[in-house]
Amino acid sequence: MVSAVFHAPLEPTPAKASDATKSIAASALSTGATAQKTSNPPAAPAQTQRDAGALSRAFWQNVLPPMLGLGLLVGLWALVSASTGRSIPTPYETWLQAVEVFSNPFYRNGPNDQGVGWNVLASLQRVAVGFGLAALVGIPAGFAIGRFAFLSRMFNPLISLLRPVSPLAWLPIGLLVFKGANPAAIWTIFICSIWPMVINTAVGVQRVPQDYLNVARVLNLSEWKVLTKILFPSVLPYMLTGVRLAVGTAWLVIVAAEMLTGGVGIGFWVWDEWNNLNVKNIIIAIFVIGIVGLLLEAALVKLATAFTFEEVKS
Amino acid sequence: MNASTHPSYSTKFIEVQGVEQTFRTAKGLFPALREINLTIAKGEFVALIGHSGCGKSTLLNLIAGLTAPTNGALLCANKEIKGPGPERAVVFQNHSLLPWLTCFDNIYLAVERVFGAREGKAQLKARTDAALALVGLTHAGQKRPGEISGGMKQRVGIARALSMEPQVLLMDEPFGALDALTRAKLQDELLEIVARTQSTVVMVTHDVDEAVLLSDKIVMMTNGPAATIGEVLHVDLPRPRSRVELAEDARYVNYRKAVIDFLYTRQAHVEKAA
Repeated sequence: MVSAVFHAPLEPTPAKASDATKSIAASALSTGATAQKTSNPPAAPAQTQRDAGALSRAFWQNVLPPMLGLGLLVGLWALVSASTGRSIPTPYETWLQAVEVFSNPFYRNGPNDQGVGWNVLASLQRVAVGFGLAALVGIPAGFAIGRFAFLSRMFNPLISLLRPVSPLAWLPIGLLVFKGANPAAIWTIFICSIWPMVINTAVGVQRVPQDYLNVARVLNLSEWKVLTKILFPSVLPYMLTGVRLAVGTAWLVIVAAEMLTGGVGIGFWVWDEWNNLNVKNIIIAIFVIGIVGLLLEAALVKLATAFTFEEVKS
Repeated sequence: MNASTHPSYSTKFIEVQGVEQTFRTAKGLFPALREINLTIAKGEFVALIGHSGCGKSTLLNLIAGLTAPTNGALLCANKEIKGPGPERAVVFQNHSLLPWLTCFDNIYLAVERVFGAREGKAQLKARTDAALALVGLTHAGQKRPGEISGGMKQRVGIARALSMEPQVLLMDEPFGALDALTRAKLQDELLEIVARTQSTVVMVTHDVDEAVLLSDKIVMMTNGPAATIGEVLHVDLPRPRSRVELAEDARYVNYRKAVIDFLYTRQAHVEKAA
């Protein structure tokens, strides 16, 4: 019965050979059910029922809750929109605007009117440069601080002092020193994303299991081998956690920094649209910022799990 | 002292002379070991046995060179033990394999360090393969430690130690974390390997049967703090030894009785002392 269902929509006049290949394709589609059918025909309906059961359970557990969550958001938004007399646009209006904005994300009409694609790319570029410089300085610094107690005692008070400072407080210093909006924004990203990397790398180095270091001592490994075969792999998961936190912070900060510095960028775009009183675009920008942040985070989580080994966790 | 005054160190391969070990702790000085004097001959299998906290592992770490004694001296092949080195390979209690390397690479790291200066890549690989084969794990070479059982991990740890062709094999409760059946199997394998390689072995254990079955000499330690060697028992059983036959051997039963007597009658008050 099951494969008959798959055969039914085929073209009316198939040659014998192609019929055979198509039935293979069809059975490949319904592997479970077809296999069940050939070995034990009466069980086939039960199998499909079970498949259907599993599908509906997957739907209830994995698809429905996030959908409901999104639905709740849109519902609340519509309510707020109605109660403010449409000064906040409705979800539908915003959607129409978004379709328009994304139909041409890479246009350029002068420095203050560019497509959303350019704005996102400009922000990502700043984050990449600032974050890259922070990683370049922060990770080796973390290694050094973790490895040598003296350096740890020397820098811990400094880190504790500077870490809680709001990143935007650094912006004037950046403007003053670098005399430009773009380098100042990059400086702000640098200074706020360096701390998670320094701290996590240092903690990772301090937590390298003594057993592994004993192995290194018994084998009398060279410093280079200790670094590449023992220290680096066991610090890597900690380091990637630091990187993840840093990128998250950097993405938070860039929007605020760009609002202040202007130019091109998603943060600037938000501010610009506020000055134009184009609330639909502001809401679109919020979604864009959220989605890009989500993607950055997901990519780094994936990277981190790939480099975390069972026994490092325990 | 030079080599000519010691024409042969076959009976005094490892010498522990008046060793004392004191640890600095938060609560002040903690005397772990005192007046340890011990000689181990080349090719001898020595078990260190005692209740937990008696400093067996401390003594092993001293021989390994991982720690330095507060007082006294340790010699290996007539040279002072100044630090750890590949000629005194250690099999750690928890195997200590690097989880990001495959079993093959874990062993290769050791082989490369010891023989890399003299031998080519092909030879180093052959040595690694031979070490894996020695513990019957040729098939697991490309697996990571996380993918194999506890017994297999311990075997890789032993293979890594043996691959360095050490003068001394130091084992810190190598089978402690394993179930009884796996432990028996690995003990038999170890007996066979040691018979073949003629290695000198110092093994920390708290298992009486393991000590009697494997050793030529059982060093029984008193309870800590300030533990020392209470008694040394020479196990004079012919090799190769079979656990099944020995189970009913009167000499085996006597040796076993002697160790149990020491541990549970004369050094019984372990909780109070610790």
